[in-house]
Amino acid sequence: MTGFRAILERDLRLALRQGMDSVMVVMFFVIAVVLFPLGVGPEPNTLARIAPGVLWVAALLSVLLSLERLFHNDFEDGSLELMALSPPSLEVVVLAKVLAHWLVTGLPLIIAAPVLAILMNMPADGFALLILALLLGTPALSLIGAVGAALVLGSRRGGVLLALLILPLFIPVLIFGVGAVEAAIGGFPARAPLLLLGAIFAATLALCPWGAAAGLRQALE
Amino acid sequence: MDQFKGASLDCLRSTRPVFRGLDFDLPAGGALVLTGPNGSGKSSLLRLMAGLLPPAGGTLSWNGEPVAEDPDAHRARLAYLGHLDAVKPALTAAENLAFWAQLEGADPATAVGPALDALAIGHLADLPARFLSAGQKRRLNLARLGLGKAVLWLLDEPATALDVETISRLRDLIHRHRDGGGMVAVSTHSDLELKDAVNLDLGQYTVSAARAAAEETAA
Repeated sequence: MTGFRAILERDLRLALRQGMDSVMVVMFFVIAVVLFPLGVGPEPNTLARIAPGVLWVAALLSVLLSLERLFHNDFEDGSLELMALSPPSLEVVVLAKVLAHWLVTGLPLIIAAPVLAILMNMPADGFALLILALLLGTPALSLIGAVGAALVLGSRRGGVLLALLILPLFIPVLIFGVGAVEAAIGGFPARAPLLLLGAIFAATLALCPWGAAAGLRQALE
Repeated sequence: MDQFKGASLDCLRSTRPVFRGLDFDLPAGGALVLTGPNGSGKSSLLRLMAGLLPPAGGTLSWNGEPVAEDPDAHRARLAYLGHLDAVKPALTAAENLAFWAQLEGADPATAVGPALDALAIGHLADLPARFLSAGQKRRLNLARLGLGKAVLWLLDEPATALDVETISRLRDLIHRHRDGGGMVAVSTHSDLELKDAVNLDLGQYTVSAARAAAEETAA
């Protein structure tokens, strides 16, 4: 447990000192969403119709953008192999790094999302559900992404490969995430898609640290 | 008394055999100096001892128990020093070291100061690591050895980028570690002059390219 806290604190401190990660991810999120009114046209009803989908797709791509560096820096400077050889098991290391990654990139997205929802003229009924769905969905995205990031570690063109590898795995989160928000806007109960999002989160929390750790062991050989 | 042993170890890097049938025996307080030409597998053997690289054949054992059966216990008793310094430029020297102390389960408040002083970089404690020279980063990495209770030190070319004075500090550090029953395996090109060290020349276990090719065609 002290190992978990040590890694979490260190990663947060590094993110705070270097600072760019959060800002870049949020900026990308904002710009990606802003492109839609410009491309589709400013017609309020059209924008309101596509708002939940656009917000989720943009959030997904923003998470993807930041994932490549999840293990990369530590791999390059040798920290990762030392962490792999330290008393805490590699699964704990992965979990701590993913939590730090989510706090640095996922949480700012969730904070920015309602503002962008206003920009997209999304009906106010969907706001609470949008935040709730993102709260359940983005940690799952970070966890799934960790497996991909571990697998492409050390390969050249890792970024493109990572996108090809994990974007298909993001699809269930996208479907139920959008489903929850649209149900709320349409006045239907959003319980089912939310429960499914929760189930995905629980499953990824249980499985992905093992998968990512196996990928890291392979990369460190 | 602890004993770390390797019996008929084979090492493969992807499909290329590096060495074959290697034996070593490291008793408590012992030192193993790995020598051999470039590419003879000194680093590979150290990574194998650390458990980063699974052996293609043969077994590593600790007090007669195969290491592979309890990797958690093995990780807890070893300290590994590789080619890379694992120093985060955005953190200060002391913060860098405090992180490794926490991971090892040591108390950073009491462990970091003496560990830095042991390598004469105590005055750099509050300096961001991006201002450190290559040799100072190396020393900061070496300072990790003074933190934990690791019994087995695996040092890959520890003397690289070090000045003469620091090399003698490192030698003292290793002697004190061995006097306390610790063991050390070190690969080196420059002479570290450890007393009573066993020399292991990896050249004699190297699988030559010609032999590997001949065996491949035979198989």
